Amino acid sequence: MPEGPAPAPVIQRLRVRYAKRGRLRFTSHRDISRAVERAVRRAGIPVAFSAGFTPHPKISYAGAAATGVASEAEYLEIGLTEPRDPARVRAELDAALPPGLDIVDVVALPAGTGKSSALADRLQASEWRVRLGGVAEGDAAAAVSGFLDAGAVEVERLTKKGRRRFDVRAAVSALELAPDDRRGTGATDAPCAILRMVVRHTTPAVRPDDILTGLRQVADLAPPSPPLVTRLAQGPLDERTGELADPLDPDRETAAAAGDDAGRADGPALPRSGDAVGVDAVSARS
Amino acid sequence: MSVESIFPRLEPLLPSVQKPIQYVGGELNSQAKDWDDATVRWALMYPDAYEVGLPNQGVQILYEILNEREGVLAERTYAVWPDMEQVMREHGIPQFTVDSHRPVGAFDVLGVSFSTELGYTNLLTALDLAGIPFEAAERDDSHPIVLAGGHAAFNPEPIADFLDAAVLGDGEEIALAITEVIREWKDEGEPGGRDGLLLRLAETGGVYVPKFYDVEYLPDGRIKRVAPNRPGVPWRVEKHTVMDLDQWPYPKKPLVPLAETVHERFSVEIFRGCTRGCRFCQAGMITRPVRERSITTIGAMVDEGIKQTGFTEVGLLSLSSADHSEIADVAKGLADRYEGTHTSLSLPSTRVDAFNITLANEFSRGGRRSGLTFAPEGGSERMRKVINKMVSEDDLIRTVTTAYENGWRQVKLYFMCGLPTETDEDVLEIAGMAKRVIQAGREATGRKDIRCTVSIGGFVPKPHTPFQWAAQTDHETVDRRLRLLRDELRSDKEYGRAIGLRYHDGQPSVIEGLLSRGDRRVGKVIRAVWEDGGRFDGWSEHFSYERWTASAEKALADEPVDVDWYTLRDRDEVEVLPWDHLDAGLDREWLWQDWQDAVDETEVEDCRWTPCYDCGVCPTMGTEIQIGPTGKKLLPLSVV
Repeated sequence: MPEGPAPAPVIQRLRVRYAKRGRLRFTSHRDISRAVERAVRRAGIPVAFSAGFTPHPKISYAGAAATGVASEAEYLEIGLTEPRDPARVRAELDAALPPGLDIVDVVALPAGTGKSSALADRLQASEWRVRLGGVAEGDAAAAVSGFLDAGAVEVERLTKKGRRRFDVRAAVSALELAPDDRRGTGATDAPCAILRMVVRHTTPAVRPDDILTGLRQVADLAPPSPPLVTRLAQGPLDERTGELADPLDPDRETAAAAGDDAGRADGPALPRSGDAVGVDAVSARS
Repeated sequence: MSVESIFPRLEPLLPSVQKPIQYVGGELNSQAKDWDDATVRWALMYPDAYEVGLPNQGVQILYEILNEREGVLAERTYAVWPDMEQVMREHGIPQFTVDSHRPVGAFDVLGVSFSTELGYTNLLTALDLAGIPFEAAERDDSHPIVLAGGHAAFNPEPIADFLDAAVLGDGEEIALAITEVIREWKDEGEPGGRDGLLLRLAETGGVYVPKFYDVEYLPDGRIKRVAPNRPGVPWRVEKHTVMDLDQWPYPKKPLVPLAETVHERFSVEIFRGCTRGCRFCQAGMITRPVRERSITTIGAMVDEGIKQTGFTEVGLLSLSSADHSEIADVAKGLADRYEGTHTSLSLPSTRVDAFNITLANEFSRGGRRSGLTFAPEGGSERMRKVINKMVSEDDLIRTVTTAYENGWRQVKLYFMCGLPTETDEDVLEIAGMAKRVIQAGREATGRKDIRCTVSIGGFVPKPHTPFQWAAQTDHETVDRRLRLLRDELRSDKEYGRAIGLRYHDGQPSVIEGLLSRGDRRVGKVIRAVWEDGGRFDGWSEHFSYERWTASAEKALADEPVDVDWYTLRDRDEVEVLPWDHLDAGLDREWLWQDWQDAVDETEVEDCRWTPCYDCGVCPTMGTEIQIGPTGKKLLPLSVV
């Protein structure tokens, strides 16, 4: 072990919701982790470090959207050595990140919050929007109903454990055609279908790509260009209503109960699930 | 007329290529200025992959300096990988800048920074994708001026036909001067068109326009003469030297990439130039004289650079960083300032002496002491006299002993193989030196886990050095000597396993040699290699020796010269060298004398601390050595 005092302990944990938008959807998880570490330094946030020869900042990630997939709802957690106002951290961290990696929400956890409140456990499902350029809405609608009517839809994919075949139908809580937010704006006149889907987090993970593979198998739906996929939300799934709750709400309640008024720190433009968020507009601007 | 972004066409294709993040831009501190507000527009290219090109200091400095000016815009472009090249060809997407995704062909200047000759084929890919004709003579007023800079531009002759212009030396002032010439020419209605502009640039004496010079050859293949072919064009073109580095504290806002790159750190040049006089070192010869950045400017740049980037590593760059006159105060000041902030400091190029261990200790306070690197370059005392690397084996042993005593466990030693006058015995002495290093380490620490790595590469003679006249050693001999060394190290039971050997085979050095000392006829070889699919020649997985030799045989079939003629041949004093009309400031007679001294194993002192030996740079260029000490200290800053 290196000489010197032990690293300062974590006395506050911040849970952070961030978005990756526009051309920055092509960042990989490793790219984001480097960018966040640098932004934390630039913003002067008192992040805690691990002990050992090569101390690492205590920043952990709950899952991560794949390279090329945009997201409005990614989550990470930062351990701090001094308490900070979450609203200020939201603004400062956002300013220190390149445009397109945007901090949406920050919630503080009181010291001593146990493992039982692990954020990862609350991320039970994701809501996705998949933009299929060159696909007629009628074809997409037919494929969707074929998929929903099937008892099981098995697809094959290369996973970390090798080539696997698994059912993707069971993980799907909702799958429907959504209105095209760009229609009528003159942005595009080409045919385009938008799918909205809510998919449970399972093992192996069922990704929007797998659902598209399923749609191809069921109804020969074959988009001519790569789909533009955006994660709109992730959180606890209410099986009755099919709605996703905000996974940070329980922490806000805990903070409020503890008399900590710094619980909530939403960004000024927090998009709600299902909203026509500006993802495509951002990418089109580049 | 505004220029459209190609991004909407590019975006749907990105999921199908490797590491798409390298093509999207959007880095912290990158800029996207308005196209129509600018009158002079530069596309700056580093002709290698993004991960190598992005950290390049030269490109970053020019990018910032040009963009600071009103009415001037600079964007960056890099070599695209072969998978992306194929996708771009299929969909008709031109070479683009990563900042605003504009087609490179729409800019006024395409400035390409060549650190190495192995980027030449990548230049051709970029020109082809940009729709710019390869031959400068075939371009018209609609095409950008293709301008080369960087160390390889000190002999741009192999790519002379592909260039409109080249500049030698420091880029800061000349890039702005060229910008002003272009602005005036445009304001006046572009008189004389493309050639009118090139002539204005050539007349300054600081911009080389290859097509304004004719090369005549002798029947045996040597050059007869190189002469300007129109009035107003000077016989010799001079290099540029920035004299006061404190006036140019760039980069101020370094680019912070999202993609992973080869250097993830903030680098500050602590001085330019080197007068140690190592005879193999082109950088040391062409960047003279020594010009230090002051301790206070270094301190301010590091402070600002960390704030702007969030990098956790700071590199103090130069050709021999421990030679800065106030390096001890710089090291201690920075180590004090950043203690406990998880900021690491590194000193990439250092000489062999015990003082360096003190510096290394400062830089590793509280952290792990893993490896130290030294570069004796030559294995024998005799060899080191030839190359003027004045380190004795006893110096080295004293240095590594101190290092091991201070807790360092591994030493890396750099050498070259194939140096002028080298024998098998010179190379085999490396083994003896490595064994003494291990022995010293074991004695100093009483431990067995001492390691030493010998890293050895093939020597390539470079223009503007005393070895510019020397025959390069053939690759068979280099490979044979490396095998002898490997066998010698392996045969030793007591030390062999503590010594690692890293080496490359000799063939790529031959091609580097061809491109380094080639003349305009080599351009045909580069073009033939490119047409046969040659790309990314600096990457061993892409480089093909067979492609180069086969292409050279075809392209040079009608010439009295071949690859051996360019590489393996000793030149005599009177031969006209392809770069003789390009002035690095070095006196040709001094270089020749230094070459004779090399053969005689005579050493030359460093002129920073001993009297001038008349290399010629200071009087020719109107420059002088700029070194401290300033006597100032780094003030402690409050660190977040």
